[in-house]
Amino acid sequence: MLGYVVRRLLLVVPTLAGVAVAVFFLIRVMPGDVVIVKLRADGAPISEETVLAERRRLGLDKPLYLQFVDYMVGLARLDLGKSLWTGEPVTKEIGLRIAVSVQIAAMAALIAVLIALPLGTISALYRDSWIDHTVRVVAVSGLAIPSFWLGMLIILVLLSLFNWLPKIGYVPFWQDPVANLSVTIWPAAAVGYRYAAVATRMMRSSLLEVMREDYIRTARAKGVWTRLIMRRHALRNAMLPVVTVIGLEFAFLIGGLVVTEQVFNINGIGKLFVDATARGDFNLIQGLVLLIATIFIFTNLLVDLLYGWLDPRVRLS
Amino acid sequence: MAVVATTPAQVETLPPRGSLLWQFVRTQPLGLIGLLIIVLYVAFALGAVWIAPFDPEAVDFGAMLAPPGGEHLFGTDQYGRDVFSRIVYGARTALAVGILSSLFGCTLGALMGAASGYFGGRIDTAIQRVVDIMLSFPLIVLAMVVVAVLGKKNLAGIDVNLITAIALPIIPKMARVARSSTLSIVTMPFIDAARAAGFSHTRIILRHITPNIVAPYLIMATAFIAQAILLEASLSFLGLGVTEPTPAWGLMLSGTSADFYQTAPWMILFPGAAITLAVFAFNLFGDSLRDWLDPKLKS
Repeated sequence: MLGYVVRRLLLVVPTLAGVAVAVFFLIRVMPGDVVIVKLRADGAPISEETVLAERRRLGLDKPLYLQFVDYMVGLARLDLGKSLWTGEPVTKEIGLRIAVSVQIAAMAALIAVLIALPLGTISALYRDSWIDHTVRVVAVSGLAIPSFWLGMLIILVLLSLFNWLPKIGYVPFWQDPVANLSVTIWPAAAVGYRYAAVATRMMRSSLLEVMREDYIRTARAKGVWTRLIMRRHALRNAMLPVVTVIGLEFAFLIGGLVVTEQVFNINGIGKLFVDATARGDFNLIQGLVLLIATIFIFTNLLVDLLYGWLDPRVRLS
Repeated sequence: MAVVATTPAQVETLPPRGSLLWQFVRTQPLGLIGLLIIVLYVAFALGAVWIAPFDPEAVDFGAMLAPPGGEHLFGTDQYGRDVFSRIVYGARTALAVGILSSLFGCTLGALMGAASGYFGGRIDTAIQRVVDIMLSFPLIVLAMVVVAVLGKKNLAGIDVNLITAIALPIIPKMARVARSSTLSIVTMPFIDAARAAGFSHTRIILRHITPNIVAPYLIMATAFIAQAILLEASLSFLGLGVTEPTPAWGLMLSGTSADFYQTAPWMILFPGAAITLAVFAFNLFGDSLRDWLDPKLKS
C-alpha cells in the first residue's frame, strides 16, 4: 500500500514536467504581447525603447532556451516566477486567492455528495415511480444548465425575493462563519448542481446494476431485510463508479468555478485565471495551469486509494 | 463511458422494417423530443433572416430595455436590440461553433485513437502520453489557454481559432474511445486479410477500421456538440469567445447585462434558457442515439 502510494507520487513528477513543458511552449506562441497590453493600460506612450526596456526588465528579451532553463530551474525550487503584470511572485498572487476558491470547491463537492448519494439510492430503490422520474428530470437539467447562468438566476431570486445581495469580499470562516457562508454558499450551490446531477445519475445506474447481481438475490432468498442488504451488500459495491465520477468531475468543478466566480464577483483563482488569460500574463498562466493539473492528478490518486478501501478486491499495485 | 464498437455482423442484423428514422422515432421517444428541439434550432439558424422580426444588431435607443410582449417578444436590451432576434441569430453562432468544433475534435481524435490502437507499441505509448497530459485539464482551462494563445481569426464570419480552442480538449477523449474500439477490431480476420492483400497502413485505417468505429464516433460527436455549445457560451460570457456585435447567447449574458438584474431580468432569463434548452436537446438526443446504435448497452 505504502509502496503503491510512493510509486504513484513518483509518477506525478514526469506528468507534471510534461504539463510544464507543454504549457511553456504553447504560451510562447501567443501573438499578444503582455508588455504592449500593459503599457497601453498604464496610458504610457509606447515607444520602441520603453517596450524594449520593459521586456528586458521582465526577462522576455532572453533567448527562448534561456527563459526555459530559468523556468524549469525555478520550478524545481517551487518558484513559479513573478507575474508579468503586477510584478508580485506568482505563488503570492495565487496564495492570496486560493482560500476562497478551495472553500467553494470543497463546499460544492460536499453538497453534491450529500445530495447525490441518498437521492440516487432512493431513485434506484423506487425505480419508475414518480420519485424516480422527478429525480431523473432534476438530474438531466443539472447537466444542461450552465453554472454561471444558474448563479445569475440565484442572484435574481435573492434580489427579487429578499432585495438582498451577498456582500463582495471574503472573510475567513474562523473569523466570522456567518459572513463567510453568506458569500460562499451561493457559488457553491451554482457549481455544485451539475456535480450533484452527475453523481446522482451514476449512483442510480450503478445501484440498479448491483441490485441485479446474484449475491443480492441470494441474500433476498435467505430472507435478509432490504435495509440490511443495502447496507451490507449493495451500497458499498455501487459506490465504486460513483467515486470515479466524483473524482473526474472535480476537474469540471474547477472549470465551472472559473466562470462562476465572475458572476459573484469573487476574487478567487478562477478570476485570476481569466484576468491572466486576458492580459497574456505568461508566468501567471503557467503557474495556474500547473496548479490545476496538480489538483487534478492528486484527486485521481485519492480516488484510486478510495477504491482499495471500498473494495478489498481491488489490489493497489 | 463504456462505448462498445458495433461489429459489421451487428450492422447486418439490424431489423430492416421501416426507415431508419422511423425506427429511431418509435423506439426512442425522448430522443425524438431532443431531435425536435434540435430541428427547431437548426430552423432558427438557417432561416434567421426570415424568422427574426428585427435586425439583431440594430440599435434602437427609442426602445431601450423594453419588457417582453408587444412588439418585442422577449423584450430588448440596453441598446434597444431585440432579444428574440438576437437569440434566433445566436442559434447560428452556437450551432456553427458547436457542430464544427465537435466534428473537428472528434475526427482528429478518432484518427489519433485509430492509429494508436492499430500500430500499438511505441506509437501507441507516445500518443497515450499526449492524451494523458491533455486529459489532466478541465475543458475550459485548456480552451482558455488556446484562445489566449491563438487570438482571433475570422473566416467567413466564424472565429476559426475559437473552434480550434473548443475542439482541442475533445480530441483526447475521443482518442481514448476510438483506441479501445480499434483494439477490438484489429484482431479480426478481415484486418489480417487486408494486411495480407498488401494494403498500406493508411488504407487499412481509413477504409477498414474507421467505418467500424462510426457508431462510437457518432455517439461521442453528438454528446460533444452539447459540451461545445456550453463551452462556447462560457467563453463568450468571459469575453474570450465570440465578440460584439455578433449575437451569441453567452455574450448576451456577459458584462453589462448583470447590471440589469432587477430592471430587465428578461435579458438574463431568455439567453440562458436558450443555452440550457440546446444543451438539454443534444444530451437527450445523444443518449438515445447511444441506446439505439449500441444494443449492448441496453439492459
